[in-house]
Amino acid sequence: MKREPVFIYSTAYTDYHFNADHPFNQQRVVMTKELLEAEGRLFDHQIVTPRLAKEDELALVHDPRYIEAVKQAGNGQLQQEEAWQFGLGTEDTPMFSGMHEAASLLVGGTLTAIDSVLNNRAPQALNLGGGLHHGFKRKASGFCIYNDAAVAIKYIREHYGLRVLYVDTDAHHGDGVQSFFYHDPEVCTLSIHETGRYLFPGTGSTSERGVKNGYGYTFNLPVDAFTEDESFISLYESAFKEVAEYFQPDIIITQNGADAHCYDPLTHLCSTTKTFEVIPRLAKEIAEQYCGGKWIGLGGGGYDIWRVVPRVWGQLWSVMMTGDILTGPLPAEWKGKWERMSPVSLPDNWQDEAGIYKPIPRKQEITEKNRLTLNQCLQYCRNKQQYNNS
Amino acid sequence: MLVEEIMKTKVITLTPKSTIAEALKILNEHPIRHIPIVNSGKQVVGIVSDRDVRDASPSIFQQDHASDELYNPIHTIMSTPVVTVHPLDFVEEIAAIFYEQEFACVPVVSENKLVGIVTEKDMLYTLIQLTGTNVQSSQLEVKVPDRAGILPEVANIFGKRKVNITSVLIYPYKSDRQYKILVFRFQTMNPLPIKADLKAAGYQVLGPDAEDPAL
Repeated sequence: MKREPVFIYSTAYTDYHFNADHPFNQQRVVMTKELLEAEGRLFDHQIVTPRLAKEDELALVHDPRYIEAVKQAGNGQLQQEEAWQFGLGTEDTPMFSGMHEAASLLVGGTLTAIDSVLNNRAPQALNLGGGLHHGFKRKASGFCIYNDAAVAIKYIREHYGLRVLYVDTDAHHGDGVQSFFYHDPEVCTLSIHETGRYLFPGTGSTSERGVKNGYGYTFNLPVDAFTEDESFISLYESAFKEVAEYFQPDIIITQNGADAHCYDPLTHLCSTTKTFEVIPRLAKEIAEQYCGGKWIGLGGGGYDIWRVVPRVWGQLWSVMMTGDILTGPLPAEWKGKWERMSPVSLPDNWQDEAGIYKPIPRKQEITEKNRLTLNQCLQYCRNKQQYNNS
Repeated sequence: MLVEEIMKTKVITLTPKSTIAEALKILNEHPIRHIPIVNSGKQVVGIVSDRDVRDASPSIFQQDHASDELYNPIHTIMSTPVVTVHPLDFVEEIAAIFYEQEFACVPVVSENKLVGIVTEKDMLYTLIQLTGTNVQSSQLEVKVPDRAGILPEVANIFGKRKVNITSVLIYPYKSDRQYKILVFRFQTMNPLPIKADLKAAGYQVLGPDAEDPAL
């Protein structure tokens, strides 16, 4: 039987729900799945139900006191005064009933994805419920409670001993994941994000390169506000290719936040669907070149759940499964169903039309600035490569 | 913020009779650029910088030259008298000293004895702490009229949303002194509700959203 990628999915992903006004909304995973089914790109036999992450698995990266606090918060037993220190009960990560279980399921989904690939059931796996890259050892932040990517990477290191390349294209810096592997030369992280000048979390400058043995295995590429497709794609391609060549990974994990799109309400980048067609294509290509195809894709940010996320993540799965992107109009039945609930009118096609945002007057400066940032980001590994080759 | 909160208390010193060679050795072995010169009572009698020491060392182009000058005593090249500060001085006063005197290090002296040292680098570290860029946060700038009571009014909007402010800076608005800019760094990934509240309260929010072409 032909090995196919697996799509990790459960309707219970929507239990990870802070409140009705909160921008983080897992309904986007449901919308993506239904879009792919309507398009004839996703079938029942490809869908795998996520397992719950066990507490000792969460404890691979999280402090047991923090896990305990999340459990209490989910039972309504954590006082606000106690909760502050864990980042709980804030506007970003409010406490809600059953939050421990809901967050554990997202982590379990990513572990299910890892096991599917590393037990040879599937060449690749996608868990759109995961990618919660702001979770810290003992602190929730940026809508993230448990850090599924970090748990998964530790899990791979302990059970399989593979060298992991983590590539994060969310518009926000992947600070949580970076923090867990800052000292580890066997895990390389590459985060491309909007500069932290205005945007949360503010970190992720090119000078953050790791410490001790891990120095030179953390890469940060902060791009200017209003960066467009052309510049974003050129930076992404150069950085991903060079870092892969330098690090020689055994497996690739990508965090595929969809919030670099110009419609995203929280960020100031100006990507269109074009960027999000290139992102998975190159990931697949590099996984094939270095890792025998082993690639796990995760979700992440993405706050225009109507116009942006389903199409972006739909392409991610399409490329993972077939190598090709989808084109043409969106399926009418899908559009008909969701248009009724959407506050904005849904796009007609898989591809954005030209002119969905006004021209950026500083385009040339931004492009130039980004190119300089790329050189700064890669200088260390270029020097090292040059030294090794001479 | 007080000097004693940011000063380094482990200070490498020499005495006036130490040689330039000793100073050179210290500068080569430690990541420092200034050495206070103290007498037996730990009083600061001078200071030398790495440039003073190198200026007094033989040129690297004269390798066969017998380098007697290296054995000259340090008091022949040290700067004196020395500008010093007290542990209870304010950090911003040191910034003014560095700016006006154009050097980059002051010994900290209490009861006439050396107790610490503050360098340009410590000042920059403090500046990073003050601006709050070292912790997770979003940033926004608000243009407000320059009048009493404005800061608590604006800050209250963050408090009502249960959003923790990590840093506040205030500076005058370009040429129009009737206004000032409040810069906030605050711990949330979603600044939209706060921006909406600020606008609803009549304040002008600056920054990239104001020119976002998709909005």
